[in-house]
Amino acid sequence: MAPTATPDLAGRTGRIRPDRPMVAVRGLQKWFGPLHVLKDVDLTVAAGEVVVVVGPSGSGKSTLCRCLNRLEVTSAGDIEIDGEPLPAEGRKLARLRADVGMVFQSFNLFGHRTVLDNVTLGPVRVRRVPRAEAREQGLALLDRVGIADKADHYPAQLSGGQQQRAAIARALAMRPKVLLFDEPTSALDPEMVNEVLDVMVSLAAEGMTMIVVTHEMGFARRAADRVVFMDDGRIVESGTPDEFFAAPSTERARDFLSKILQH
Amino acid sequence: MDALTAHLDELGHGLVTTVHLTVVTTIGALLLGVVVATLRVCPVPLLRSVGTVYVEVLQNLPLLALLVLFVFALPTIGITFPLFTSAAIVIAAYEGAYLAEAIRAGINTVGVGQAEAARAIGLTFSQSLRYVILPQGLRAVVQPMGNICIALLMNTSLAAAVGVVELTQAANNVNLVEAQPIAVFTGAGLAYMLLALLIGRLAGTLERRWAIVR
Ligand SMILES: Nc1ncnc2c1ncn2[C@@H]1O[C@H](COP(=O)(O)OP(=O)(O)O)[C@@H](O)[C@H]1O
Ligand SMILES: [Mg+2]
Repeated sequence: MAPTATPDLAGRTGRIRPDRPMVAVRGLQKWFGPLHVLKDVDLTVAAGEVVVVVGPSGSGKSTLCRCLNRLEVTSAGDIEIDGEPLPAEGRKLARLRADVGMVFQSFNLFGHRTVLDNVTLGPVRVRRVPRAEAREQGLALLDRVGIADKADHYPAQLSGGQQQRAAIARALAMRPKVLLFDEPTSALDPEMVNEVLDVMVSLAAEGMTMIVVTHEMGFARRAADRVVFMDDGRIVESGTPDEFFAAPSTERARDFLSKILQH
Repeated sequence: MDALTAHLDELGHGLVTTVHLTVVTTIGALLLGVVVATLRVCPVPLLRSVGTVYVEVLQNLPLLALLVLFVFALPTIGITFPLFTSAAIVIAAYEGAYLAEAIRAGINTVGVGQAEAARAIGLTFSQSLRYVILPQGLRAVVQPMGNICIALLMNTSLAAAVGVVELTQAANNVNLVEAQPIAVFTGAGLAYMLLALLIGRLAGTLERRWAIVR
């Protein structure tokens, strides 16, 4: 089954629940040694909201994402996921990570496991879902991202687009409260970008809370509620896609847009 | 040739003891190797140090010295094991250090992205290791691990020094009677060679069977 074609995103008002902040970042600072990478970042993402993060390379987008599930340890500031402060380490942190899905630029599928085994590993080992049930749900997820026929293949036997869709299914299998995407289509050949974006758009339409680092302005226009522009470790601009693309208010954002929209 | 055929029984016993010692020790060394390699990559600095000290100490002492120390020093503090058990413990501990280093090299071949993806779905450190990192890391070093097991087989002959009558000691005993060192030790050597070939074959087969589709 092919991934759902572009769903109609009109009429999804009410999807966002401003009363329920799913991700709350306050005063986030990150240093790598002497390098100050995140400088006092504040960001609140409501349940159901889709936030696209753009900005020049090196501006700290990946680091921000990675701080949200603590793949990077923060230097200062607070992060809450669904009202819970991010635990520092151990089992509590592992449990929280289960609620925060992450999709990587380089897929990072487990090479020694079949696609279906990639998808069921988390549910079986972390959520303690019975294996048969996890398989059934895993197959359903693979079907929904359009690669049910690849369930028993190994990652290396899939195209990049299929691998990234498998990675999305793996993240979804945990039933996360929020999904982080760090340039999910940047490693893909151009003809495979859309099959991944289509899956993401349909997730957005269903009300998944998403933070998406991407340079795909088409996706931002189609699916984002808000575009956040980062530069040099700060969020310098934040607005609806229409506002942001039509009239960016900072010089840096105008400059950035003119560069990426040339292509 | 007569020197060999006349003592098949004795030599056979020695061979069986060598194989027994090799199998038991390999299993112990593999378990230890996995544990020590895990210590060496774990996030707790103290445990990492324990792993490092273990490897450094055992790799930097001669196996023979360890065997002699263990067998003759421990009884002075009231601990005694049967000789075979003593030899097995020491050889497993010693080869475990080498296997740990090979396994750690294997772990290092697994990209950081794999560990990050494992953590990102909520696996704990030990779960990531068990379900994601080790299965891939071990496969990458089957051949070097096989070579260490062959070295282990050869090193079991040092157990002779602490009174275990394995193949080399049996050959030596036969030679004391027959005074035919060339025939006796060539025979024993061929037996070692066959066993080593067998281990090499097994490693090759496992490597092929476990190859990750790339
Ligand atoms: N592990 C790290 N160690 C040191 N510096 C890092 C590390 N990760 C990222 N950086 C630096 O932090 C800055 C922000 O990086 P990143 O968050 O990857 O930016 P972006 O994703 O926006 O391109 C860059 O200058 C990068 O070189
Ligand atoms: Mg990046």
